[in-house]
Amino acid sequence: MLKILFFGQLKEVTKTECLEIELMQGGQPLNSVATLRRFLQSKGDIWNEYLAYGKALVAVNQEMTDDDTAINDSDEIAFFPPVTGG
Amino acid sequence: MSHFTYISVQSQDFDFAHEYQKLRDSNDSDGALVTFVGLVRDMNLQQSVSGLFLEHYPGMTEKVLNNIVEKARSKWQLGSVSIIHRVGQLQVSEQIVFVGVTSQHRQSAYHANEFMMDYLKTQAPFWKKETTHQGDKWIEAKASDSEKSQGW
Repeated sequence: MLKILFFGQLKEVTKTECLEIELMQGGQPLNSVATLRRFLQSKGDIWNEYLAYGKALVAVNQEMTDDDTAINDSDEIAFFPPVTGG
Repeated sequence: MSHFTYISVQSQDFDFAHEYQKLRDSNDSDGALVTFVGLVRDMNLQQSVSGLFLEHYPGMTEKVLNNIVEKARSKWQLGSVSIIHRVGQLQVSEQIVFVGVTSQHRQSAYHANEFMMDYLKTQAPFWKKETTHQGDKWIEAKASDSEKSQGW
């Protein structure tokens, strides 16, 4: 299982805080951030817009990373807008 | 006492005098102590703001703040470092963030403090939502912040 978290505006517009999904989807593994991002974007117009590359940053196992990063079963993946702390 | 790194993500307010004293008491060899405090201001982009809600990514936030301190320590000879960042609902003029650093001489302390704030603003997973008379609004990241952090 993959654990997927959403934060900030992304959490609000998708009305989703956390998703648990199987690594294998339709016979194919969601084996990179890019693949997972596309899979999630296909869930609807809002998902497509707010998860777009450049609009949603990504962290794998709590480390900020990019779309080339490989994903393994039981990873924790978080998508969120650019950060605005401080 | 000896040099320390203190990181805290908390909803309650912090006491500046107490944090300052902890840094001062940590050693006798540092001749410089630089602090920064960020506050909730009442205006942003010409809209009047009545408060701020701060969300974060528990677990990752603390890791990133620790990494920021480690990065600063690898660039400058530092003594003690404190970073406190608040989360939850804040009102105008409340304290949001405290960054304090000691070093033997002022230049390292000044630079390290600014470096840590610049990195925190672009790397630490916090998100601000403003309460305004026109409704609540998520704050968008500023390109100038990301340029500043890349400048180091």
